[in-house]
Amino acid sequence: MNLEELLHKRSEWLKGTGPKSDIVVSSRVRLARNIDKFPFFNWAQPKQKEGILALVKDAALKSKFLKKTMFLQMKDLSEIDRQFLVERHLTSPEHVIDPQYKAVLIDDQEIASIMINEEDHVRLQILQSGFNIIEAWRMADEIDTDLGTRLPYAFSDRWGYLTACPTNTGTGLRASIMLHLPALVMTNQIGKVFQAISKLGLTMRGFYGEGTEAVGNFFQVSNQVTLGRSENDLIEKIGSIVDKLVQREESTRNILMTKNKDEISDKIWRAYGTLKSARIITSSETIKLLSVIRLGVNLGVVTGINGTQINELFMLTQPAHLQKIEGKILNPNQRDYKRADIIREKLKG
Amino acid sequence: MQCDICHKEAATVHLTEIINNKVTKLHLCENCAREKSAEMEEHFGLADLLSGLADLVPVTTKKGKSPSLNTGADIDVGIKCPSCSFTFQKFRKIGRLGCPNCYDAFRSQLSPLLRKIHGYDRHTGKIPNKKEVVKDATVLLGDLKARLTKAIEHEEFEEAARLRDQIRSIEKKTKPEKNEVKSNNKKGKK
Repeated sequence: MNLEELLHKRSEWLKGTGPKSDIVVSSRVRLARNIDKFPFFNWAQPKQKEGILALVKDAALKSKFLKKTMFLQMKDLSEIDRQFLVERHLTSPEHVIDPQYKAVLIDDQEIASIMINEEDHVRLQILQSGFNIIEAWRMADEIDTDLGTRLPYAFSDRWGYLTACPTNTGTGLRASIMLHLPALVMTNQIGKVFQAISKLGLTMRGFYGEGTEAVGNFFQVSNQVTLGRSENDLIEKIGSIVDKLVQREESTRNILMTKNKDEISDKIWRAYGTLKSARIITSSETIKLLSVIRLGVNLGVVTGINGTQINELFMLTQPAHLQKIEGKILNPNQRDYKRADIIREKLKG
Repeated sequence: MQCDICHKEAATVHLTEIINNKVTKLHLCENCAREKSAEMEEHFGLADLLSGLADLVPVTTKKGKSPSLNTGADIDVGIKCPSCSFTFQKFRKIGRLGCPNCYDAFRSQLSPLLRKIHGYDRHTGKIPNKKEVVKDATVLLGDLKARLTKAIEHEEFEEAARLRDQIRSIEKKTKPEKNEVKSNNKKGKK
């Protein structure tokens, strides 16, 4: 398997098949681990960094859970390829900044990935489609236990798994659920949701865009606390709160469709029209319009296109993906042309 | 250096934000930092706020000096990790530790900070390799008992009954093991 194959493949999490996938885009579990007796990555000597890389690579490749994997060293990849991995959520943006001694291991379905030498020596990630956080944790737990038989993890009885940043210590677990909440935004309920979430030991942020603006109404809810609670407790808690958010979004969608059906339909069809006809389109406008159509598909307003195709368009219209498809570097202006071309092609009835 | 907000107090909290390779630096005094903390958390993420939070943790002071939060001179600069030579002062600056042993070296300083971040300062989750069977069961039991209390509080009696049965079965299973380990320990002691 190589990177080019990934370009023409759909990641598991994009299939849009999981439970509640009309509202929950993906569920992710990340575990942070470090190797005992080594300094944390940022302070390790080059020889030690090399040693950690070899150790973790070897332990991961021997895992029965990671039979079909691709091992990539960041230093061997082009700038676009690294960005491509970030866009597919297989590595963090931080992981591609200083590529020396860094690597990522990716399974063939793009469900499991292991970042080696990020801020922590090992960052195991499981990414599932839809509302599947328990399954994601179960898989992460299984792979982690297996890796732990070959890797001497830094662990303290008192403080659990020791991480470079004390905000991750304890379980080292970060569960993140990506939600599409257009109805809660339209009805101005999202502010209250933000307030409530922050009081519950969770954080919520807009997925696209910076600061408080959430382009396309996509939000990511994650646990903030990692110490003093068991993994099952943390997963259960985020799961039950997201469940409530999903119910709220569902009922609001129903109300909107009963009270404002014509206005909603008009908005959705206009978005569809723009995407089908545009010749030049920015990434931000694309996300906004695709978000509206995603709602339209899930409300049954738009037919002839399915959720998987919409998810795929979100992925393919990102800068590095466009450049991989074109096979050359494109400046932002050229990308706006190419993006419009691809969208028209995919939406052609 | 003066605070960027009130322009009166000395800036003791320093934040750096990088968006699209553009670096923005913010220098704040303790009071303004506290006021801005909710906003900052949203913008900068919790990790970057840590360097600020660490400043709010009282540090060990040498005898004869009055305790102070932010005058660098009063900090016990002698605290250093024996394994990696990382100083607690460096942690205060960047919010990251040097190596796993730093947790032990800075134990008394980190404990209140961890409680502030997580609400707890003791791990109750997974243990690698299940190396200590007894401990694992104890942790599991504590976990289940806490959930049982919660279930009763919420009047979820079916769940409570299920948890009670689970606790009983684990208690039965672990008793003989506990004794075994204890006797092993005794043998180990000289």
